[in-house]
Amino acid sequence: MRTTSRYRATARMIAAIGVVSLAAACSGNGGAAGGGDAANYPDENITIVVPFSAGGPTDTVTRMIAEPMAAKLGGKIVVQNVEGAGGTVGAGDVARAKPDGYTVLMHHIGMSTAPALYKSLGYKPLEDFETVGLVTEVPMTIVARKDFAPATLQDLVTHVKANANKVTLANAGIGAASHLCGLLFQSTTGVKLQEVPYQGTGPALTDLVGGQVDFMCDQTTNTSGQIAAGKVKAYAVTTPERVKSLPDLPTTTEAGLPQLKVSVWHGLYVPADTPPEIVQKLSEALKVALADQGVIDQMAKLGTAPVPAQDATPDAHRAKLDEQLGTWAKIIADSGVKVS
Amino acid sequence: MELLDNLALGFSTALLVQNVLYCFVGVLLGTAVGVLPGIGPTATVAMLLPITFSFEPVTALIMLAGIYYGAQYGGSTTAILINLPGESSAAVTALDGHEMARQGRAGPALAAAAIGSFVAGTVATVALAAAAPPLASVALKFGPADYFSLVLFGLIVSIALARGTALKALAMIALGVLLGTVGQDIYTGTPRFVFEQRELYGGIDFVSVAVGLFGVAEILRNLENEQTRTAIVSKVINLWPTREDRRRIVAPILRGTGLGAALGVLPGGGHVLASFTSYAVEKRISRRPQEFGRGAIEGVAGPESANNAAAQTSFIPLLTLGLPAHPVMALMIGAFIVHGITPGPNVINDEPALFWGLIASMWIGNVLLLLLNLPLIGLWVRMLRIPYQVLFPMIILFAAIGTYSLNSNAYDVYAIAFFGILGYILIKCGCEPAPLLLGFVLGPLLEENLRRALIISRGDPSVFLTRPISAALLALAVVALVVAVLPTIRRRRAVVFAEED
Repeated sequence: MRTTSRYRATARMIAAIGVVSLAAACSGNGGAAGGGDAANYPDENITIVVPFSAGGPTDTVTRMIAEPMAAKLGGKIVVQNVEGAGGTVGAGDVARAKPDGYTVLMHHIGMSTAPALYKSLGYKPLEDFETVGLVTEVPMTIVARKDFAPATLQDLVTHVKANANKVTLANAGIGAASHLCGLLFQSTTGVKLQEVPYQGTGPALTDLVGGQVDFMCDQTTNTSGQIAAGKVKAYAVTTPERVKSLPDLPTTTEAGLPQLKVSVWHGLYVPADTPPEIVQKLSEALKVALADQGVIDQMAKLGTAPVPAQDATPDAHRAKLDEQLGTWAKIIADSGVKVS
Repeated sequence: MELLDNLALGFSTALLVQNVLYCFVGVLLGTAVGVLPGIGPTATVAMLLPITFSFEPVTALIMLAGIYYGAQYGGSTTAILINLPGESSAAVTALDGHEMARQGRAGPALAAAAIGSFVAGTVATVALAAAAPPLASVALKFGPADYFSLVLFGLIVSIALARGTALKALAMIALGVLLGTVGQDIYTGTPRFVFEQRELYGGIDFVSVAVGLFGVAEILRNLENEQTRTAIVSKVINLWPTREDRRRIVAPILRGTGLGAALGVLPGGGHVLASFTSYAVEKRISRRPQEFGRGAIEGVAGPESANNAAAQTSFIPLLTLGLPAHPVMALMIGAFIVHGITPGPNVINDEPALFWGLIASMWIGNVLLLLLNLPLIGLWVRMLRIPYQVLFPMIILFAAIGTYSLNSNAYDVYAIAFFGILGYILIKCGCEPAPLLLGFVLGPLLEENLRRALIISRGDPSVFLTRPISAALLALAVVALVVAVLPTIRRRRAVVFAEED
């Protein structure tokens, strides 16, 4: 609803005021040391900007790793939600922030799709940010209404090919992970389906459970509760490995559609020109946080897991971002989605 | 009795000291944000969500839920006192509630709202406890076509909101629906009626429209009147409802509760319709329909009960299915996830203490709200004795600050001025703002579901008639339209005949 974004904006503003006043208070305590000195980093609070709402999957992941990261760095981390326009508002804020390591961005797959979806973005993912490391790759699941005919992923592909003019594919709005996964499904199978957009995952999932639409693709964080309760039919998980919380669900590769690989990958960024020593310190702290048993357990509850240590590095993250930018630019251009 | 065991578990959880404490904090905050124009429950819940991350899951949910239904309580206060509804449901309360205040009966209006809300909250809590899962499965039967027909029905029923002619009410609804289309289209992102103003891309803000059409237009109207220019009420007739008042509010409260509880279950926007529908029903079956809009206490008691019942039953889809009915519920889903609880149909079995504790806390919250609000009535009523030349600039100031704080957007404040003047012109033309506001709120819902239904049916409009729920609602809509328009036609003929005589 349109009032929501306004309400959220208030929260954002108030959060921003809070963060600023907190930062001011702490820099007062810290004396004249100031930011930007790599050797003493961090000597004031670090802010991780989450460009999505508090309580969402990205926010949850951020809050999980914030504490162990702060412990390793020997400072405090404040999580700040700056929402709007598919995460581009928060990302834009960080792109323009002082490159001193005290403003960090947590972003997901949307970092790589925004250039193809938005006309005037105001920042370039590869040029305006330093990558710190990947955090987690949240698997996506292909789910259908309980009484949808196809029994397996192969059946689903055959079914949608034969009934392309009847099947409906729900998503949570343009640019949402479910929308991207749906586009990938269509480009992989070569079928153009009728997409039914909703305003967010909640209403889309409601109509799927209610049997109003046929199928959709969404993150395990949203679907695993419904799958476990048998309220929706699940075909496959879109990652190379099976998900611990859904052990019976085959991967797309096992189910015979290996090209359908997608995950909502999350990574940490700092503004370009942040001193490399600081990026390195953040990356080390990230690695420690991802190895933390508490973090592993909490992520497992969400149906995901930390990335392997070698991926929590600036180089692996940059390579992933680079590859994904190319992949999505093509898929989005081919799909004919209008940019706004 | 399994239900009693469950409720015992619920109350033993909800009555823990920290849970009662945070329940109180929640309803207190909720009342406060409900009273202040501008700030709504969604913003408050979003702001406080991170604070609750360190709480026990059930404590966090109890507090967040308290904010939500507490705000529904508080919203009626400013609507009654100064004709300033902060939420769409409160706009209905303002119709008769503020008239009552002008007649010196703000006390009984506030009391009727509080008592009605309490009864509704109690009944809805019982409904939640006794029948949540079956009610939820009924709600799932509603598809986009059914929601379209429901909203259409709601719009036609809302003709009853107007005192004047049905034609003028219909025109106001249409204008409201058109204003609701401003902004980016949700299906394609195409900007509509924005006149290349970046500020209009997100649509016109509801609060600006409500504050302008109701609050500011009311002030303009008061200023032209010799008597009201000094103070809104020169005398307070009584603080508490009279025996006659008490007798008159019993049935509307019960009807409103039933209606609200039923509509609130529907995740696709049923709660929005609750208060409007209740008002229409009360006016239709009242033996004194002419009093509606002129200070009928039924017009306060019914909608307030409906609104509060719906606020409570809108938790049913969330708790039994893990599906959110509106933005506040979506934030509550976030609270579940943060606490490591996978939202979904299994919560009721996996986390019984949390499920039943939350339900029991709602009843406790309603008791706290009643204890909190009844003593405040005297204080609120005294506020009306403030000289008007002091009060009205304060109202405008608070409204402007509240609206500006939503988005730090000066455009929203200009919009208040625009809609204030528009509202004043409409009053002068004998057109009423309530149907316009309803059109504005329901228009986007109507369009979204119409288009979604047609997308799913591949453009075949027969879905609206072949789906039984939709067909039944459309039939009801036709009946409502005939019933609404007939008296007007009859009256006009009567006038014609009278002139011939």
